[in-house]
Amino acid sequence: MKFFPLLWATLWRRKPRTIFTMLSIVVAFLLFGLLQAVNVAFSQGVEMSGADRLITHGKYSFTEILPYGHYQQIRSVPGVDKVSHATWFGGRYQSEANFFPIMPIDQDTYYDVYPEFVVADDQVAAFKRERTSCIVGRGLMEKFGWKIGDTIPIQATIWPKKGGSNAWEFQLVGVMDARDETMKGQENFMVFRWDYFDEARAFGQGTVGWYNVKVANPADAETVGRSIDKLFANSPKETLTETDKAFNAAFLKQFGDIQFLIASIIGASFFSLIIITGNTMMQSVRERVPELAVLKTIGFRDGGVLALVLAESALLCLIAAVIGVLLSTFASGFLKPFLPGLEVNANVWMLALGAALGLALLVGAIPSLRAMRLNIVNALSGH
Amino acid sequence: MAETLIALDRISKHYVRGKEKIEVLHELSLGIEQGDFLALMGPSGSGKTTLLNLIGGLDQPSAGTITVSGQRIDTLSGGRLAQWRARNVGFVFQFYNLLPVLTAAQNVELPLLLTNLSKSERARRVQIALTVVGLEDRAKHKPSELSGGQAQRVAIARALVADPTLLVCDEPTGDLDRKTADEVLGLLQTLNREHGKTLIMVTHDPRAAEYARHQLHMDKGRLIEAGAQA
Amino acid sequence: MASAVAQVTAVTALNLRTVPSRLGPSMVIVIGIAGVVGVLVALLAMAEGFRATLSSTGRADRVLVLRGGANDELSSVIYRSQVPTIEQAPGIRKDAAGKPIAAAEVFMLTSLPRRGATDPTNVVVRGTQPNVLTVRPEVHIVEGRMFNSGMREIMVGRGAAAEFEGLTVGNSVAVRGDGWKVVGIFESGGNVHESEIWTDTEAIMSAANRGAPTSVIAQLESESQLQPFKDFLTKDPSMTVDVLSEPKYYASRSKMLSNLINGLGYFVAVVMAIGALFGALNTMYAAVSTRSVEIATLRALGFGAAPVVVSIMIEAIVLALIGGVLGALISYVLFNGYTISTLNGQTFSQVAFDFRVTPSLLIQGVVWAAVIGLFGGLFPALRAARMPVAEALRAG
Repeated sequence: MKFFPLLWATLWRRKPRTIFTMLSIVVAFLLFGLLQAVNVAFSQGVEMSGADRLITHGKYSFTEILPYGHYQQIRSVPGVDKVSHATWFGGRYQSEANFFPIMPIDQDTYYDVYPEFVVADDQVAAFKRERTSCIVGRGLMEKFGWKIGDTIPIQATIWPKKGGSNAWEFQLVGVMDARDETMKGQENFMVFRWDYFDEARAFGQGTVGWYNVKVANPADAETVGRSIDKLFANSPKETLTETDKAFNAAFLKQFGDIQFLIASIIGASFFSLIIITGNTMMQSVRERVPELAVLKTIGFRDGGVLALVLAESALLCLIAAVIGVLLSTFASGFLKPFLPGLEVNANVWMLALGAALGLALLVGAIPSLRAMRLNIVNALSGH
Repeated sequence: MAETLIALDRISKHYVRGKEKIEVLHELSLGIEQGDFLALMGPSGSGKTTLLNLIGGLDQPSAGTITVSGQRIDTLSGGRLAQWRARNVGFVFQFYNLLPVLTAAQNVELPLLLTNLSKSERARRVQIALTVVGLEDRAKHKPSELSGGQAQRVAIARALVADPTLLVCDEPTGDLDRKTADEVLGLLQTLNREHGKTLIMVTHDPRAAEYARHQLHMDKGRLIEAGAQA
Repeated sequence: MASAVAQVTAVTALNLRTVPSRLGPSMVIVIGIAGVVGVLVALLAMAEGFRATLSSTGRADRVLVLRGGANDELSSVIYRSQVPTIEQAPGIRKDAAGKPIAAAEVFMLTSLPRRGATDPTNVVVRGTQPNVLTVRPEVHIVEGRMFNSGMREIMVGRGAAAEFEGLTVGNSVAVRGDGWKVVGIFESGGNVHESEIWTDTEAIMSAANRGAPTSVIAQLESESQLQPFKDFLTKDPSMTVDVLSEPKYYASRSKMLSNLINGLGYFVAVVMAIGALFGALNTMYAAVSTRSVEIATLRALGFGAAPVVVSIMIEAIVLALIGGVLGALISYVLFNGYTISTLNGQTFSQVAFDFRVTPSLLIQGVVWAAVIGLFGGLFPALRAARMPVAEALRAG
């Protein structure tokens, strides 16, 4: 628009001051972007949960083990489409620092219940054929440099083999990818066959960790869940069935109020920023009082001058904020391996732009009102 | 017979400082003709700048009426007065005329930003204005790169660019040396004589006043005498 | 010409006298740095609180026996038949009656809602023996009594009682099945056990249908008995066990979360410090340019460049230190002793801990402030010193 050259020139009135102020804003928005990306990472798991999927686990803790006998009973509940199961193996590959989830699963039903993970047909066939085989997420395969056909040694932490040894070995026959690009990273775990696990382990035969249930109609999810729990209500192993989404959300909540912590840090950072930027805007207007008066003599209205100062503030804040969020995008790319799901997504951008405009308004309010209200005669005679 | 462009009828202006009421102008009446070049003179505190501000629509009288081209401006306020100024008045001040962050051309263009003219049309008029004041080759210079006289001429170009009804100048040569002042005043005179612009100029310098057609003297808020010069 | 110190004093006094007229820009430094130091101290206090809670758990002469290969109590299994062998191993301290001061324990999780919430949260349930107060003498019952053997009775830690819904003496909660009565509340010096629910090993194992405990905890005669005790057990072919000194165990269980919080704290603080630095540079460059005439005059009068540089840096550092102390104090007042709890990924259970704003953290915060102030003042100061005197005088 035609006022842009005026705004742009005014912005760079004192180059060092504008640069330093912008750098402060850039840094604050770098932090903003990264911390909001952490929020995204934490809520990602919740988002990806299918609405048509339930998880049935021990009533008192997810860490309880359930009898395999529950399997047939759950399948017969009306409204249930498919049932699969999984167990927490624990275990470690080389060292505790290399942690990734390892789970024995039912090779015939698991991927039906979890269609978001994609494995090539021939690899699934191999998995069903070979008892001691395993499948891993692509990220893990790349990280550790495994190839199809490799033998992967896993040290048991919970489940020793018959005879007491902790040394398990699996043949890598397949690799999992996330079907959806936005869920990249969620597929980085290892699965192997539960029938082999149950036969080879030292104790705990005939048990699984939890059941994953796919319902025919998502609207029935809650009722089906209640029916399942009713089945086992007075048995020695009572269950609690909840939707995937509810389960994931509750799990995340246990980390405490991450959102509150992040909001607090951002708040502290922005408070300082408001002081820095506010000071800059005040100085900028203070120096220009006679010039603003001249603009008014030319015919710029009071409202017009207010708008000019606010626009200057907005330009300052928006340009720097965009740079800051761009930087946070690069940074989150580097940090993604440490926290899967870390992403500066469209939501974060919207929040950032909103924050930038809010900042601009806040720091521009007083200076722009001052500009609006200045009296031409007084301002010009004040030289 | 030139028509009366500006008519002031029993204008009074006072300021309130604490509990005191300070009268700056007393029931002043004045008629300025189209095409006149009027010099307003008087000692400091005489109210000449206040009178100029009223004529230029920078301030409102406490009592009385001001009519310019048949339009009452003492009843205009806020945005309407600003609008009126944009269309009708060009200002030249002693200091602070130009925005230091803009080039000469961009400074001259400022009043046109308030119109609906296209970019090319605005550029054309800026070019014309700068040519009239003889500074078309300085269009891309910033005020810091111009001499005092050149800066004032750019200010005059800006005052002209929207083709206003009148030009209002407050001590335009007060900060310039003799020679440069003469150049600027000569330009103003040319604008008046050859281009028919109506000018009202406040000055304390008798030699500057000689460039004008008429002189008015003021003291303590009243007009003292009217002197005519050819 | 006066001595260097006198010169510096004179120039600094001149500078500081003008600070009130430049309150806005000076506030930029104070508040910018207060923010950095406040956040740094708060986050590090969180990490320190967590670390202290876990590291204060355990005594050097107490050991944990877990299944070989298990990282933690939750993953471990000790066969019943192994328990006597462990308890009879050499090096274990005996009580007055000659019995080993040791207990087979069961480590489990149950779900309880936090106070004021409905979502279930993991809570540690520790099944232990009647002699637990001898094995863990740092534990004191502050309300009610110890649980009875074989009964569905529980004793809860002070932190757990404060954190979770329904853990008051006389109340019943569902731990494994209904009807577990809270009979007492204990404290243990602010360590990790205060976040736990304790009950009788046999009662919980029977209710959970579990045949074997998870671990054995034992007091050794002295720290020096650790190696012989460990060797005895690990050399036994019928057992695959790991023997860990208790402090070492808990330190390893806190490493990841502790590092995470520390990492977060330093990262955020560095980023905010950079922002504050730019703010400080802004203020100091502006300060220097508005005073360039005075500075040049002083130098024309014979003041050396060095006093000018030093005085500007002093001003920046003083403002920064004010901000640093302010930020540190605010963090201390707001956060010290504040209890927070989170999920420790390595033990999969909630740990409640207090923010600990230690003197060393406060000092660290103030040092950060001084460093930012130093750099914030250095470059503008050098610029002031290098400005040609005549040019500066003319500019005014």
